[in-house]
Amino acid sequence: MSSANAPDLTRDDGRTRREAVVRLVFFVCAVLSVLTTIGIVLTLLSDSVAFFAEVSPVQFLTGTSWSPANDPVNFGVLPLVTGTLVITIGAAAVALPIGLLTAIYLSEYASDRARSVLKPALEVLAGVPTVIYGYFALVYVTPALATIFPTIDTFNALSASLIVGIMIIPMVSSISEDAMSAVPDSLRNASYGLGATKFTVSTSVVVPASVSGIASSFILALSRAIGETMAVTIAAGNTPRLVDLTDPAGVFLNSIQTMTAAMVQLGASDVTGQSIAYKSLFAVGLTLFVITFAMNLVSEWIASRYREEYR
Amino acid sequence: MATDTRDSTSFERVSRAKDIAFEYLTLGATLLGIVALAVLLSYVAVDAVGWLNWQFLTSPPHPMPEKAGIFPALVGSIFLMLLIALITFPLGVGAAVYLEEYAPDSRLTKFIQLNIANLAGVPSVVYGLLGLGLFVQLVSLGYGSLLVAGFTISLLILPIVIISAQEAIQSVPDSMRQASYGMGATKWQTIKNVVLPESLPGILTGTILALGRAIGETAPLIMIGAPTTVFGVPNGPLAKISAMPMQIYTWAEYPDKAFQHGVLAAGVVTLLVVLLSINSIAILIRNRYQTQS
Amino acid sequence: MSEDTSRRRSEFSRRGFLAAAGVASVTGLTGCARVFGSENRQVNIAGSSTVFPIAEAVASDYTQKNPTVNVSVSKTGSGGGFSNFFCPGMTDINNASRPIADAEREQCADNGVDPVEFVVGTDALTVVVNDEANWVDCMTVDELRQVWMAGGAKQWSDIRDEWPDEEFELFGPATVSGTFDYFRETIVGEEENHRNDYSATEKDRTIVRGVRGSQYAMGYFGFAYYSENPETVKAVAIDDGSGCVEPSLETAKKGTYRPLSRPLFTYVSKQSLADETVRDFVRFYLEKAATDLVSEVGYVPITDETLEENLNKLDAAVEDVQ
Repeated sequence: MSSANAPDLTRDDGRTRREAVVRLVFFVCAVLSVLTTIGIVLTLLSDSVAFFAEVSPVQFLTGTSWSPANDPVNFGVLPLVTGTLVITIGAAAVALPIGLLTAIYLSEYASDRARSVLKPALEVLAGVPTVIYGYFALVYVTPALATIFPTIDTFNALSASLIVGIMIIPMVSSISEDAMSAVPDSLRNASYGLGATKFTVSTSVVVPASVSGIASSFILALSRAIGETMAVTIAAGNTPRLVDLTDPAGVFLNSIQTMTAAMVQLGASDVTGQSIAYKSLFAVGLTLFVITFAMNLVSEWIASRYREEYR
Repeated sequence: MATDTRDSTSFERVSRAKDIAFEYLTLGATLLGIVALAVLLSYVAVDAVGWLNWQFLTSPPHPMPEKAGIFPALVGSIFLMLLIALITFPLGVGAAVYLEEYAPDSRLTKFIQLNIANLAGVPSVVYGLLGLGLFVQLVSLGYGSLLVAGFTISLLILPIVIISAQEAIQSVPDSMRQASYGMGATKWQTIKNVVLPESLPGILTGTILALGRAIGETAPLIMIGAPTTVFGVPNGPLAKISAMPMQIYTWAEYPDKAFQHGVLAAGVVTLLVVLLSINSIAILIRNRYQTQS
Repeated sequence: MSEDTSRRRSEFSRRGFLAAAGVASVTGLTGCARVFGSENRQVNIAGSSTVFPIAEAVASDYTQKNPTVNVSVSKTGSGGGFSNFFCPGMTDINNASRPIADAEREQCADNGVDPVEFVVGTDALTVVVNDEANWVDCMTVDELRQVWMAGGAKQWSDIRDEWPDEEFELFGPATVSGTFDYFRETIVGEEENHRNDYSATEKDRTIVRGVRGSQYAMGYFGFAYYSENPETVKAVAIDDGSGCVEPSLETAKKGTYRPLSRPLFTYVSKQSLADETVRDFVRFYLEKAATDLVSEVGYVPITDETLEENLNKLDAAVEDVQ
């Protein structure tokens, strides 16, 4: 994109042909990513279609019981969706405020030196393998929580969502900070000129001015929490249960099962490609893919809007 | 700023106090996650003491904690990394070169670019399903084999490799390309002799960091049917694969204390050390070549 | 000028770097090629999580002696192993905590897989409760049935009046598990369904964790997982009409721990025995099943007579395929 055209030479030596071949090879590499997407969609669809031939989509989307292997078998995805929702809400309660405050600190308060230390340190949070986060939640966080909530289950949504929250802080903070840094200094200076403190400037000028970037970071982080697999599989358990809103404490202190954990459970014992349980794996996968893909697109769309605002 | 204290009114004092409180609040928030992770890491490091030894690194897994080791998973992870590097490096660089050097400013290009960005956000467990449906079922490369694991995780990190390679290529100044064309070089010659050598350190850094992501991936391995435990190293492309995160997941279900606070902690530390070494190589390469450009 | 030299130097070191990387990868590949030379020396096992600790210990010892053989064990449950791995011909060996079912035999036959059965130990299927559940030490078979059948009891007090007015929290193996099948058959019975509102998993250790975490919990699994954790959960003695009997290696061996003591099996595909590596591994496995290795992981080893029987069966099967 960024280069000038090659000069037109009359002597060829088969150069033109070689150039065309090279271009084609590179083009194929780039198109591979599109093929990957098509591959994902086709794989998910083909087995999902086979699944929905046996279980009606209405039954799948509105059923309140998930027991793919136990008699009587039930393929209602709602317990898994609500389980995922519980984790996502818990993680959001941790990551969104902390991530936003972090972004404000990095963009408005931190010195260059502090930033150069803190930003890589935050990136480490996102770099630790999620299976290790799951281990942390199970072995260290849950016993610590048990001293506060004696009735907490060994596998519980609370410790899993706390740890997922910590994991996604950098997603919120780094994208939000980018958006805040893009806010022109003239806006800040105007506010300072009116006698505003840094607090007022941050909360009344910078945050509102970068709200689309912040929203985009929130959506992306939530999408990540929804797709998070290992930490919730290890720490939140494998009990598909519909959220009981009459018992809000129990929702977080009990074991649940997310969509991703259900996929791991099914995937670990069945790779035949024949059984209905195998096919249900792809139906859940498709649900997950559609939700996260839509969120990523929305996030991207919002982000592209704020980029246009200040550039 | 309105922070002059010489004869401050109560309003100013309050707003100044608020300002300082807010600064500490944001600083506290920034440190919270970092400190939490640091505490957890120190716990696991303490737990690993006495368990992480030569015997642990060179033995296969065993139901008795004192005999258990991580050797096959360690070797499996390294084999997997090599395979993934061999697959993603050429493909990722190829795609990046196309997008940066060749692609017209067309809708197709925009679509490919958007598609790559979105692929980077697809949950890893979904890539596992792709691997299961495509490589295990359709192509029949065997459940949980080295090849299937390598292909699946390669597809997973390819978007990250492409994006970082693109950034590296973007940073090559246009004047260098112009100079090359001025000498009569073709586009391919320019890419081969100018653009790639100049951007190589950046590309390597990005690829290695992506490999760091790959080495921690567990969910795709489970989905493609990687066995609970593998004893012995992969002895062929179709051999069953074990990897460190997979072994950690297996051990996470062993409730006895000696596993929870011993073997498992040692496994976690081993994985983190390998991950850290990979990332330091990337940072070394970056620092080594950063000064010149 | 000075910039030019530094650029040239960096150009050199970059070449050096590339050369080094090249040498490193060639060395790496040569190493790979050597190990890859022993291709196909693989033994793939799936099946019961109850038998898993035996297989894990055997495979671990075997690999120490034969480092180039790649043995893999997947925990899929007995049934999951048969129908999803063994009978479709994807594994050589399937561990099972119950005998192979007729339907599974048919499935195997359809795919040209001929299973050979070996007994590799005896288990005392153990019912456990939380350590702090001080009200319960022994239960009759019928009481257990009340707890675990579909539409049965909900609270502890539904079983005995003096027990707490608290709901059970139940943990058990998933339906693909042979332990589930065995428990269902011997305790719940054919007329009733096993309840399905419990936390089901193929991972027995998850059950230990779950039961340990809740005072009103109950679960069941192979004895090995109890013997690993005797101080964290409490085993319930079983009254089969002739008094309470604690699960233990002795009571299982004597046969007094009824009706939950049961044989553990491993099934080997006759076709896989044509492979020398599989043959060698199976012989090793069977010999180890008669040793303390089995009692160390919490089961009763097979007797010398059973071992001899097993080896004869193996020899006969090997002769068939050679």
